[in-house]
Amino acid sequence: MTAFTEDELARIRADFPVLSRTVRDGRPLVYLDSGATAQKPWCVLEAEQEYYSTRNAAVHRGAHQLAEEATEAFEGARATVARFIGAGPDEVVFTKNGTEAINLVAYAMSNAGAPGAIDGADPAVAERLQLGPGDEIVVTEMEHHANLVPWQELARRTGATLRWIGVTDDGRLEDPATVVGERTKVLAFTQVSNVLGTLNDVAPLVAAARAVGALTLVDACQSVPHLPVDVTALGVDFLAFTGHKVIGPSGIGVLWGRPELLAAMPPFITGGSMIELVHMERSTYAPPPQRFEAGVPMAAQAVGLQSAIDYLTELGMDRVHQHDTQLSAYCLEQLAERPWVRVIGPTDPAHRVGAVSFTVEGIHPHDVGQVLDDRGIAVRTGHHCAWPLHRRLGLPATTRASFSVYTTRADIDAFVTALDTVPGVFGLSA
Amino acid sequence: MDLYGELILDHSKHPQHVGLREPFGAEVHHINPTCGDEVTLRVQVTDGVVTDVSYDAQGCSISIASTSVLAEETIGHPVDEALETFLAMRGMLTSKGEDAGDPEKIGDGVAFAGVSRYPARVKCALLGWTAFTDALARSGEDISVVSSTAASRT
Ligand SMILES: Cc1ncc(COP(=O)(O)O)c(C=O)c1O
Repeated sequence: MTAFTEDELARIRADFPVLSRTVRDGRPLVYLDSGATAQKPWCVLEAEQEYYSTRNAAVHRGAHQLAEEATEAFEGARATVARFIGAGPDEVVFTKNGTEAINLVAYAMSNAGAPGAIDGADPAVAERLQLGPGDEIVVTEMEHHANLVPWQELARRTGATLRWIGVTDDGRLEDPATVVGERTKVLAFTQVSNVLGTLNDVAPLVAAARAVGALTLVDACQSVPHLPVDVTALGVDFLAFTGHKVIGPSGIGVLWGRPELLAAMPPFITGGSMIELVHMERSTYAPPPQRFEAGVPMAAQAVGLQSAIDYLTELGMDRVHQHDTQLSAYCLEQLAERPWVRVIGPTDPAHRVGAVSFTVEGIHPHDVGQVLDDRGIAVRTGHHCAWPLHRRLGLPATTRASFSVYTTRADIDAFVTALDTVPGVFGLSA
Repeated sequence: MDLYGELILDHSKHPQHVGLREPFGAEVHHINPTCGDEVTLRVQVTDGVVTDVSYDAQGCSISIASTSVLAEETIGHPVDEALETFLAMRGMLTSKGEDAGDPEKIGDGVAFAGVSRYPARVKCALLGWTAFTDALARSGEDISVVSSTAASRT
């Protein structure tokens, strides 16, 4: 049984206006790049327009009616996001994107050791955030640059050492126990690889970190769009995701953190709206989440994200996940029939989410992508912001087809049909 | 598809003057960070003439073929002529399909005219060429004629 019936899928697709356009001389758009950014349904666009046309004001500033309504809209969006990931509203911080959410934690950790970082912070908690020479930061070899470079920088600033959990030839994580140890202060890993599609088993990672008292941060940028995610069930300390991949607007991301940790964290960006008291010499800061939201926030994007989440919740995240697994399975099946295509990552669709990356024998991924693009098929080519992973796999680049709720088997059929023409263009036989 | 004409395919499968050779006046390593294409390129200039361009490149057919054409069109030519060729090539590639390229000036480079309609690929086609002008500068040649017009064009 398919997750969505044909009728349902047709209705879903009708909700996404961009899907009806044509590209490259009148060819229907086949959008298989949702892993880079997802398309937006009308309801998201309308929510932003409704906000700007009826309630626009500076959130958390001013006491007039519009300001009240804008603040209510923004905080309402926060509550929806929190509910979606099984969290409390005060534990959810809005950021610019997923990248900024991860940087927020990394910068809080590097600032946590400074004298008077946060007045009255629980010293036992503050101690967990601090690191220096001899301490270790652990990531994995399959991270997006967004969950690697901020930790490299944190290591450089604090003198801590960066280590990583390796990746096996079939795109799974190696045993964390060989890397996570007494010196580990933080373990940051992705729940789903944006390249391999690998769905990592979070439990053993969290267990390994907990056993040594290390903090955990899960990069959920590629999981939240595709499957039910619950922060309590995951057992992590921090979770980050980005709005634009969850069929929401760009310009908004989310950081969730355990309340006692957020309370002990110094701010990352400072200025208006995040303060408690300001004197010429120094200031004190608001409690979370406001402490981490300096400046007038992105209220329209928050309202848009709320609408995106309502849309997904209406579809049901279990069904969204099932739909995705079925697409991955179908895509893998189709590619397996083509011996000149090499798929990277797990072969079992149960261990995958969202994306299928591959190489074509004798043809550079850019050239593959170019030929597909000429037929209206939008895929991503390159290292997908995961250069070390590609190096580990011995590949300069790959081609990636990635999915969302509006992706159909017909999209995959169009994709493989176009793919069959690729070898011929370069004088090779399929 | 028409982007991949026979000339491009030939050059990408059989890149001319490929390999790193000595002697050389300068060596540079250029990368395209958005896609990971890389080229290591050496130039040797003797008495104002480009006597060798040697390279090791990893990338798509467009970037490999374009580097091959670069070597073919510049080896044996005076530096000022090679820079003229670069200007003509860059002019065509950044013309968004307006400039079909002059075979007198860029030889097989005209095969890349189609690339200018795909902004994302222009960098691929320019990778080797940009490395070349950088290597010239590092070996002490005056490349102001290309840098003065560079800012507004690329
Ligand atoms: C796994 C993963 N992490 C982090 C990010 C960063 O998201 P953003 O670029 O929206 O900050 C992305 C996507 O770009 C991603 O795929």
